[in-house]
Amino acid sequence: MGELGQGLWDALRLLWLGDSALYEIVGLSLRVSGIALLISTLIGIPAGAALGLVRFVGRKPAVALVYTGMAFPPVVIGLFVYILLSRKGPLGSLPWEWIPRLFTPQAMILAQVIIAFPLVAGFTMTAVMGVDPSLRLQVQALGASRWQTTLAVLEEARTGVIAAVVAGFGGIISEVGAVMLVGGNIEGQTRVLTTAIVLETNKGNFGLALALGLFLLSFAFLTNFVILRLQGRSFD
Amino acid sequence: MNSAPSEPLYQLRQVSKVYNGRQTLAVDGLEIARGEVLALVGPSGAGKSTLLRLLNFLEEPTAGTIRFDGQSYSAGQGVPLRARRRVTTVFQRPVLLQRTVEANVAYGLRLRGGRQTADLAQRVARTLEEVGLTAMARAPARTLSGGEAQRVALARAMVLAPDALLLDEPTANLDPYNVGLIEQIVQRLNREQGATIVLVTHNVFQAHRLATRVALLLEGRIVEVAGAERFFTRPQDPRTAAFVRGDMVY
Repeated sequence: MGELGQGLWDALRLLWLGDSALYEIVGLSLRVSGIALLISTLIGIPAGAALGLVRFVGRKPAVALVYTGMAFPPVVIGLFVYILLSRKGPLGSLPWEWIPRLFTPQAMILAQVIIAFPLVAGFTMTAVMGVDPSLRLQVQALGASRWQTTLAVLEEARTGVIAAVVAGFGGIISEVGAVMLVGGNIEGQTRVLTTAIVLETNKGNFGLALALGLFLLSFAFLTNFVILRLQGRSFD
Repeated sequence: MNSAPSEPLYQLRQVSKVYNGRQTLAVDGLEIARGEVLALVGPSGAGKSTLLRLLNFLEEPTAGTIRFDGQSYSAGQGVPLRARRRVTTVFQRPVLLQRTVEANVAYGLRLRGGRQTADLAQRVARTLEEVGLTAMARAPARTLSGGEAQRVALARAMVLAPDALLLDEPTANLDPYNVGLIEQIVQRLNREQGATIVLVTHNVFQAHRLATRVALLLEGRIVEVAGAERFFTRPQDPRTAAFVRGDMVY
């Protein structure tokens, strides 16, 4: 049996036996990326809707900023967050308790929010801009308030908005550079799927690395499955 | 605040609308009585649709006052949502939500806080029956033909029982069968429920068939407003006469 076959066998064994270290890493990955995604969604969807629907002073630079953020290398974002939160950094030097410290899950969440936010906001903006402009006038004529109008547009753009959230999730769950820098890959504390895969591969533990990889693949499959189901339903 | 029934539903005074420095509407005065069908006719760009948007409070006039059911709204003053919700518009192109037909018809009621109750379902079902679409209640709106979609748009407005129903060329681009159906529905609404209707149309025959009064707009101004019979048989203004004869090229 070659290395790949042996690795797969080990991976299946670890999954079957419920290896605690493996499930701890999976749990932390989901927790960190889940919270980051929730925050990015809560601020990204309203921001994207505002950029797509409201004409205001400074909109163009804001749109340019979001587009730049969408293409920004995550590892560079990790570097910025690292500098921000380091002891002598602009945030790290502040005494406030609520500021995340380096090498903690909170620092990883902050980095992932910065990565996911432009993706969620940018794709949401594109989605709402794709909705027939006459719809807004129509729902207003039916008595919609400003908020109800925005909600109606978001509902019509729901496939694109869901895709925005999924893109955000995909962007952070599979990201390695930023979480490695600001999390430090500390066992039991900040080790997540991607950083663990790098480490275990370097150590030659292909079984564990592959098992972790299988989890990542299954998350990708599940999110795609969910989006396809939702897309199908929205066109029924 | 409801005004006396004898007072017109709408009274417009010196209402104008300017877009990008260009005046598109300048109405010195216009009254719309309760229960009448007022047809607005005129060439494209005459300001008919702009006037409808002002009557539905979707836009504010640049200057002037719109008095609606005893309450005056001046330029820059803003109109409360509750006033806007007493009027609705059916546009030329029906924009339906990506939902079922019945969900589209229930939409305006839900905006007003209507919950999924038997009463709401009954109102929706009754309105769908009035427009002849009961069988399509559960169908996705996107599967409808143009005529059916326009009837859903009409049902969506009718179910709200608005004080004023504004129709912006609702039968343009429809086949004669659907034009006939929609005209029948509008006539029934006016006769049986006393609905006040303002109809924008390019079709002078339609204006003749449906309207109590007709107003001709040219370059944002009302040239003549008169009872339908007099408007078409004894127009006072030579421009109206030219329009009625079909001599006005537009």
